[in-house]
Amino acid sequence: MSEDPSASRRSRMGVSLPQLRGLLEAASAATLPDATPRPAPGFGLAVLDDTLLPGTLHELQAVREADGAALAGFALGAAQRLAGGRAIVWVRQDFLDAEGGRVHPPGLAEIGLDPAAVTLVRTRDVMGVLQAGLEAARCRAVGVVLIEPWGETRALDLTASRRLLLAAHGSGATVILGRIAPPPGPSAAETRWRVSAAPSRPEPANAPGAPAFRVELLRRRGGAPGGTWCVEWNRDRNRFEERGDLAGATLSRAVVPLPADRSALPGTGRAAVRRTG
Amino acid sequence: MPPSGAPGEPPLVVVGRIDSGLRLVAVDARAAALGLEPDLGLADARARVPNLAVAEADPERDAALLERLAGLCEFFTPLVALDAPDGLVLDVTGCAHLFGGEAGLRGRALARLSRLGLQTRAAVAATPDATRAFARFGDGGVIAPGDDEALARALPIAALEAPAATALALARAGLRSLGDLADRPSRVLSARFGAPLVVRLGRILGREDTRVTPLRAPPDCLAERHFPEPMTQTEAIEGVIEDLVRSVATTLKGRGLGGRRFEATLFRVDGVVRRLAVETGGPAREVASVIRLFRLRLDTLADPIDVGCGFDAVRLAVPETEPMAPLQHGLDGRGVEETDMADLVDRLVTRFGRERVLRFVARDTHHPVRAAIAVPATVAVARRPWPEPEPGNPPTRPLRLFEPPQPIETLAEVPDGPPLRFRWRRVLHEIARAEGPERIAPEWWRDGESEPTRDYYRIEDAEGRRFWVFREGFYGESAERPHWYLHGLFA
Repeated sequence: MSEDPSASRRSRMGVSLPQLRGLLEAASAATLPDATPRPAPGFGLAVLDDTLLPGTLHELQAVREADGAALAGFALGAAQRLAGGRAIVWVRQDFLDAEGGRVHPPGLAEIGLDPAAVTLVRTRDVMGVLQAGLEAARCRAVGVVLIEPWGETRALDLTASRRLLLAAHGSGATVILGRIAPPPGPSAAETRWRVSAAPSRPEPANAPGAPAFRVELLRRRGGAPGGTWCVEWNRDRNRFEERGDLAGATLSRAVVPLPADRSALPGTGRAAVRRTG
Repeated sequence: MPPSGAPGEPPLVVVGRIDSGLRLVAVDARAAALGLEPDLGLADARARVPNLAVAEADPERDAALLERLAGLCEFFTPLVALDAPDGLVLDVTGCAHLFGGEAGLRGRALARLSRLGLQTRAAVAATPDATRAFARFGDGGVIAPGDDEALARALPIAALEAPAATALALARAGLRSLGDLADRPSRVLSARFGAPLVVRLGRILGREDTRVTPLRAPPDCLAERHFPEPMTQTEAIEGVIEDLVRSVATTLKGRGLGGRRFEATLFRVDGVVRRLAVETGGPAREVASVIRLFRLRLDTLADPIDVGCGFDAVRLAVPETEPMAPLQHGLDGRGVEETDMADLVDRLVTRFGRERVLRFVARDTHHPVRAAIAVPATVAVARRPWPEPEPGNPPTRPLRLFEPPQPIETLAEVPDGPPLRFRWRRVLHEIARAEGPERIAPEWWRDGESEPTRDYYRIEDAEGRRFWVFREGFYGESAERPHWYLHGLFA
């Protein structure tokens, strides 16, 4: 129906409608932001700046369920820097709400993250978590996708993580996969971290201080072997700060020091193997 | 009307419990021929006709069926109203020519319904009330414009559907048809029988017109396609939906509107109606993104579309629209980013449902649980600023919250102090640091006055995990020791 009028117009104006459309598309494509180059996050800690790169997949693990909140805190701190003002999509499995508590938005504001920037997606099962995570990771408007599945996640295999990685590469979004006590297995993640809570620097009157985490770099694709750092999240400056004092203080305790092969920790025998491979 | 059986079968009656007795609610043609009629007791009916087939009335399923039939009739016009319990009113203004005139439309509607095994009567007339009267008390058919009043005069008094006492009084007065009644002065009639009777009479005679209230409000924007032959390929149907989206988008653009909800209705030849709806978070008319949502919807259907013997019409309606200005992207790409994000939310909503894609909204209350709510991301809500954290202070609200709070066993040094150690989920935590109490009084205007006050403590155990615990009530307030609960986890 619209063919005839456009033909007559073409004869009048000398430019065809498809040509004009082409011009417009080329112009709009030129204004689109390029997906790949994003500013370095600037975590305030050299090792994090070198490893927690935007536009790829990172895996965070907590050994115990009780460290789930620490994991979320570290992930959100990192997410805030990595998002660079873009949206944050947080995908959680329903069961987590009962098991680890539901997301408390004022708490997000308290660690310096604007709750309005977060879109929460709740799904029933692991497949839903992956689908939603993948969908979000493919979107260029998304800065960070935080994915929290629950429990024994066989569905989260190498193929699934590779899909997430490819989606992240394609869109420039950073995907952070938070898992609690995951079974050992291959993953396409760029880096793999173990996060646990660390004692905070006390405030006056022995009150708990700013969030502190012990993070251990378990694996880094094509990079140097890992190490352990104690970091504190500084909300006012929006960055992590290393806690040298804490590392020293905690090393004197009996439970904390890790043997080189980490055989003393439960379930880490295979982690050491994984690190080399 | 219930389907009547083959010639050899016994007459069928439907019974319901009326005034603690089983009475006939409906009868089929053969039962009616034997003199049975509704409101007769079942025992009486059995006495007269021993071999009765009896079915129990189920008004709820009847209503559901009627609604389904209404959906089916939307094939003919988007304005279909229920005339409960057993009728439908179709406003066919401007639709009849598509189906070969009013007679053709009536014929096709009857054919469609009879294919489901239903016996129906249908009439086409000028006003809804006249149509009802002609269909139920006349011979039905198509009443030509202008003939309304003349034909309606011949209808019996019963067509008024007046209360039994009125009907009896009218019969005693020797008034048999509507014509007899119409000749009387309306003032006398309304003085004797009340105004509603006169109003109804005027409506049936076509002197006064009323609007029908359709089951579904007529959409702001609509496009449909009828096929000469039923379509049996899913791909072809997807193609038709795409075409319709394009045509609707053009209309929306012309009016400066965007759709918030798009509904595709597929009419199958055998009367099955299938609806597919997609919602968007903001006004949308971008063809590609709406089509993408429909594809996603088709892919994620729990029960895929059964093509069966084919679909013969597809309609795309936009029931919810909002003004939408033409969009111009800024050079920095921010606008693109916003539309990309809105598209993502729409896709997630289509896949997981609107209750599962959420955004947080702050609320003005000190109650920890009510301080924030999660609302569907597609709902527009006024933004309220989040409380600014105090510089230099550690977080005072946890990252995760347990609702309901989890009971813990505690050991406190002093009655009003923080616990020394506590047990949660069978694990004992030694407290290394603590701060508190932060006393949070209940909102008596919501919870009532019996809700105890809570003393909250921020505590940290020896391994560095930070918790938010509270004591409910005070020591010494009652004989029982106050209970402790864990309410949240800090990072």
